[in-house]
Amino acid sequence: MSKINFLKPDKSNLQIFLYSGTFLFFISILDVFLNAFFRVNLTFFLPGFLSFLLPLILGFIGLYFIRIELSGVKKLDLINKHINTNNFNAILSLLIIFVIIKSIPPILSWFFIEASFAGDTKDVCTGSGACWTYIKVWFRRFMYGMYPNAEQWRINLSFIALALLGSVGYFATDKFKKYLTLYYVVIYPLIAFLFIFFFISGGPIFFDFSYGIIAAIISIIVGFFIPSKFKFYYFLIIPFALYIILKYFIFFEEAIELGKLDGLNWVETGAWGGLSLTFIISFFCLIFCFPIGMAFALGRRSGFPLIRYISIGFIEFWRGVPLITVLFMSAVMFPMFLPEDFFIDKLVRAIIAISLFEAAYVAEVIRGGLQALPRGQYEAAKSLGMGYWKMHIFVILPQALKLVIPGIANTFLALVKDTPLIFVVGLLEIVGMLNLAKTNPKWLGFAMEGYVFAAIIFWIICYAMSKYSYNLEQKYKTDR
Amino acid sequence: MNFKLKTIVPQLITVLAVILVFGFFTYNAQINMENRGIDFGYGFLSQESSFDVQFSLIEYDGSHSYFRAYLVGLLNTILVSVIGIIIATVIGVIVGIARLSPNYLINKFAAFYVEFFRNIPLLLQIFFWYFAALRALPLPQDAEAMFGVFFLTIKGLYVPAFIWENLNIFFYSLVAAVISIIIIKTYAKKVQETQGKQIPVFLIGIGLIFSLPLLSFLIGGVNLSFEVPKLKQLATTSFIYEGGVSLPPELIALTLSLSLYTATFIAECVRAGIQGVGKGQKEAAASIGLTPNQVLKLVIMPQALRIIIPPTTNQYLNLTKNSSLAAAIAYPDLVLVFAGTALMQTGKAIEIVSITMLTYLSLSVSISILMNWYNKKIAIKEK
Repeated sequence: MSKINFLKPDKSNLQIFLYSGTFLFFISILDVFLNAFFRVNLTFFLPGFLSFLLPLILGFIGLYFIRIELSGVKKLDLINKHINTNNFNAILSLLIIFVIIKSIPPILSWFFIEASFAGDTKDVCTGSGACWTYIKVWFRRFMYGMYPNAEQWRINLSFIALALLGSVGYFATDKFKKYLTLYYVVIYPLIAFLFIFFFISGGPIFFDFSYGIIAAIISIIVGFFIPSKFKFYYFLIIPFALYIILKYFIFFEEAIELGKLDGLNWVETGAWGGLSLTFIISFFCLIFCFPIGMAFALGRRSGFPLIRYISIGFIEFWRGVPLITVLFMSAVMFPMFLPEDFFIDKLVRAIIAISLFEAAYVAEVIRGGLQALPRGQYEAAKSLGMGYWKMHIFVILPQALKLVIPGIANTFLALVKDTPLIFVVGLLEIVGMLNLAKTNPKWLGFAMEGYVFAAIIFWIICYAMSKYSYNLEQKYKTDR
Repeated sequence: MNFKLKTIVPQLITVLAVILVFGFFTYNAQINMENRGIDFGYGFLSQESSFDVQFSLIEYDGSHSYFRAYLVGLLNTILVSVIGIIIATVIGVIVGIARLSPNYLINKFAAFYVEFFRNIPLLLQIFFWYFAALRALPLPQDAEAMFGVFFLTIKGLYVPAFIWENLNIFFYSLVAAVISIIIIKTYAKKVQETQGKQIPVFLIGIGLIFSLPLLSFLIGGVNLSFEVPKLKQLATTSFIYEGGVSLPPELIALTLSLSLYTATFIAECVRAGIQGVGKGQKEAAASIGLTPNQVLKLVIMPQALRIIIPPTTNQYLNLTKNSSLAAAIAYPDLVLVFAGTALMQTGKAIEIVSITMLTYLSLSVSISILMNWYNKKIAIKEK
């Protein structure tokens, strides 16, 4: 006890180390804090670089002092364990704390304190902060694109109705639970399509597309009652036959003209845009890419070599090229491949292109799930006398899909993040609208605000999706 | 008979359907091209392109052929991809390891980075860097030098150029160093297997890789000098830097956003890989007396790499494909130069789009073949 050990605490001088360490640590944080928020430099009397480094040095010494193993103080142990395990970690922790403290004031002032919210011209934006007036003025364009202001209630109403219809699953009683799959796979997309067809468009845009959809939906519904022996041939032939019948023998145009709602103006797809277009495209691509992907995943694992090779070719082709070239193809090359009188709207072309592209990724994800299933599942199903389709629908796919929820969620996330690329075909969703607004002579110089706004929206959507998929994964997790 | 029918008919119908669809497309394409008076052919590749490209790694101007323009675009794509891959790997590995840190703050900071950059569309990030962040940079005349030689301005980043004399000798010395390291490594392995002695290969390697090039400077007559960019006044308010290498802002914005975005995915791969190695492995290695460094080098890393590398290669591929977004900010990559400008000029939609797609396709197919080979090589061989 004759001399005091300055560098290592023992029982007798534990308190001194504790207090001096905590004191130094807090001084360092206080210094950075005052500097960041009030521009007060506590250590102005020191030379420049020393004054700059002093918080780091003080904090480091402080953290070194309080790094006491098994001190008996619970909070201290917690701090030591989490941010102060060794010298290196201590410095990194300090740096991160300083960066956070330093970055709060500029962010706050840009977003709120110096920002301008009022008014509706550029003149009010004089401060150094963000100009949220710009977002306010352009808000409708960012949300609805060039869709006429007077008609925007149609989009709102459709989206609210579809959201409500989509939430049916949460309120369904046990009695109706078994119909939910049918509802979500067939009926809900049909309703959504009708809403967009009659309500948001309000006119003849989707023609050939709509024949296809109606043919597909009718054949899927009838397909449930076809014996599984003939299902393959049925799905290969009937949808196309139905499509041709609908197109050439039943005058569907007139039927649609009859069904057209009175008093709604036709808004062509070129005027659609903004965030609502992002939703529309994501929604339809999501609906289409899933069954296509599933079909190709099954095709790739099929016992028929020719079908397998075709599936492999399809999947590897789409996975090998960037989406932007696919959209280029749909814009400039695809029209060359169609008869001259055969017109497909560019929105539909974009949806087809993105769906096929993402379907290849979905196919690979589902194939992973199929491969992960033990052979016993297939053999058990076969030994019960199930055919190919029955085995897959009732035994294999439910288990395989459960396994690949995270993968599918990632693909869908990628899909949502890929939608801005449709600028290639001349459609402007929210990012495209931002670029348009940025070049408006009255509103030059507010690119930052626009991109931050869009980034926040996309971040919220994508983060919510990933969290939802995580919950889904936890919910359907079964021990096997 | 019945059995045969059952296997043949579905395949036949599928193939027929595919042939029908393709036949339908080709038939229409032929008619359409005839109607519009376009003839099909790849002969235009040797014609004079007569358009200029802003940024090119090889000598190029309007008098060169379309094929040369294609090469310019391809090289620019490769340049962006390679720089992006290197930066993304560095950031990704650091962040991935930081995600596993016991330090709460570092852990959360890395998690924040990953969640933040992963959930914002890449195109939006590119636009943000190009149109918002880099536009806030100073004009050339106001730019302050970083380390005295780098100038970051609104017109791009200016870095000093290397001027080599006898570059080939320097190159040979590097090759010689690498070869001798490989020889020493095999020898060391042999020595360790037979005699149990360890040779400090790593130290010798570092010594060689520095000393041989240094020797080439001293004896071989290699000389390296730097050309620092200098400010030059064009008009009263227009300044430009001369000399050195200039990187256009498009390239900076693109590499920055590509690598920041892809790094999040690589970080997740790295984290999953390290977590995928069982805890027992680490404990077992420690219990037979290996030092922490040896545990990491001999036990954890070989197993973790097996999990990390395949998905990471996938991310590299994604980065390469995503570099085609360059077209949105007018960086002259393959899509912009070839599928954009060249297509506008020639109107050969089918030929040009097919060449562009085939290029990307062959790139990714060759890498996935390489990947499959590597996977087979490193797969655990069960006896």
